[in-house]
Amino acid sequence: MTAIDRRLLLAAGFYAGLAGLALAQAPAAAPPATTAAPGETRFITVSSTTSTQDSGLFGHILPLFKAKTGIEVRVISQGTGQALDTGRRGDADVVFVHARAQELKFVEEGFSLERKPVMYNDFVLIGPKGDPAGIAGTKDIAAALVKVQERAAPFVSRGDKSGTHIAELALWKVAGVDIEAKKGPWYREIGQGMGAALNSANAMGAYVLSDRGTWLSFKNRGDLVISVEGDKRLFNQYGVMSVNPAKHPHVKFDDGKLFVDWLTSPEGQKAIADYKIDGQQLFFPNAQQAGA
Amino acid sequence: MDFGAIFQAAFALMVGLDPAFLAIVGLSLRVTLTAVLIAALIGLPLGAALALARFPGRAVVIVCLNALMGLPPVVAGLVVFLLLSRSGPLGPLGLLFTPTAMIVAQVILVVPIVIALTRQIVEDLWAEYRDHLRSVGLEGLRAIPTLLWDGRFALATALLAGFGRASAEVGAVLIVGGNIAGYTRTMTTAITLETSKGDLPLALGLGLVLIALTLAINAIAFGASRIGARYAG
Repeated sequence: MTAIDRRLLLAAGFYAGLAGLALAQAPAAAPPATTAAPGETRFITVSSTTSTQDSGLFGHILPLFKAKTGIEVRVISQGTGQALDTGRRGDADVVFVHARAQELKFVEEGFSLERKPVMYNDFVLIGPKGDPAGIAGTKDIAAALVKVQERAAPFVSRGDKSGTHIAELALWKVAGVDIEAKKGPWYREIGQGMGAALNSANAMGAYVLSDRGTWLSFKNRGDLVISVEGDKRLFNQYGVMSVNPAKHPHVKFDDGKLFVDWLTSPEGQKAIADYKIDGQQLFFPNAQQAGA
Repeated sequence: MDFGAIFQAAFALMVGLDPAFLAIVGLSLRVTLTAVLIAALIGLPLGAALALARFPGRAVVIVCLNALMGLPPVVAGLVVFLLLSRSGPLGPLGLLFTPTAMIVAQVILVVPIVIALTRQIVEDLWAEYRDHLRSVGLEGLRAIPTLLWDGRFALATALLAGFGRASAEVGAVLIVGGNIAGYTRTMTTAITLETSKGDLPLALGLGLVLIALTLAINAIAFGASRIGARYAG
């Protein structure tokens, strides 16, 4: 056997080894549920908002749902606009978001058969302790926003078509401020999630609109405090929809419906009410409230 | 920022051996190592072939592959996302938001690195040993196994570069994996999540663990190549 032959053999062996390793990895790497054989994980995919995820709500309620039904819920957490699009593309079985008008549009387009209200909490205007706009402790969100704009106090906008971003734009309208025309260097659209927006507001000493749940669970507050809260117009309603199988035949409609029904059942509603941080309830169930 | 808290968080993660944390580390390693293995199987022979083959437009191909080493992960992620989405051409496979999708995205990121570096290494070897290999009848594609074997230590470094690229990136795995807790959450996407939750000590603690893992894998590779070099003479 010549030296060259030996090297050829070694190289072949090396490749066979690599191939073997790759093959050994492949079954482990394959998704357990695409080949839905009996005994494998039963799961649904839910596209939801950063607020439900970052606030820790899912960490509390999903294990309860799994214990009852055996269904694992895989949550993709995105802004509301993106989460709805994930449902439109058929990449999620259930959509759980907070922008009522957009949810109703989703149903109208035929992507879901029904939208159900689940729970609410409220938005709070967060700002630096120094309070450059002089609005700390006030209750009128419209008047507060007008002051922020007049004094050109730094303001962080999500700028990502999320539910919170949509609510923020609606509040500027309520305040009579044409934000598209009035925005300047003080108005900073960061195009990121709620947590990132709070991190930025902390670093910039800026005001920012946040859902209360994310704020309560947020750990990097620095000098940030609640500036404005308690205005009725800061109401934040969450709704849930399962994706219409007529649009996407592959969606797991039955298991998705089980999740929707559980969320809006007395049991699911109690699980939501039971979730607290430092004794404070984050979300208030209201599935039975007509028109919510 | 309290730096003590960062090390405390990293230490608590490493000694606590929380199952959820171990699952994240396990998934990160599984995805990244699988991607590098597949990229090696594709990239080593192709890179060597590119080093030896002569064809019109070869220079263009080489420049393009070299440029692809800088492919932004988020772009690779977006392309894989659009392909694998239920509304995309490969939608029926149902692979979006799975570890497999993450492996696919990382293979796309690592293959150009393996091909480009292999091409350079093998071309240099060929220039050096051309006469010898020709004299024993090895020419053209038949010389590839020998050249790959002779360059194995340099090629191992190329694979480590690919591993570094894959293990460090977050843009692609976040888009195609979805950062699903307990299923597609890796070290890097967990760091992103903890940052957005404002838990910066935990985020940096996870970062320290990731760096330690990368260091360990490079140390193992270095040790193995040293031992290998001794036996190879």
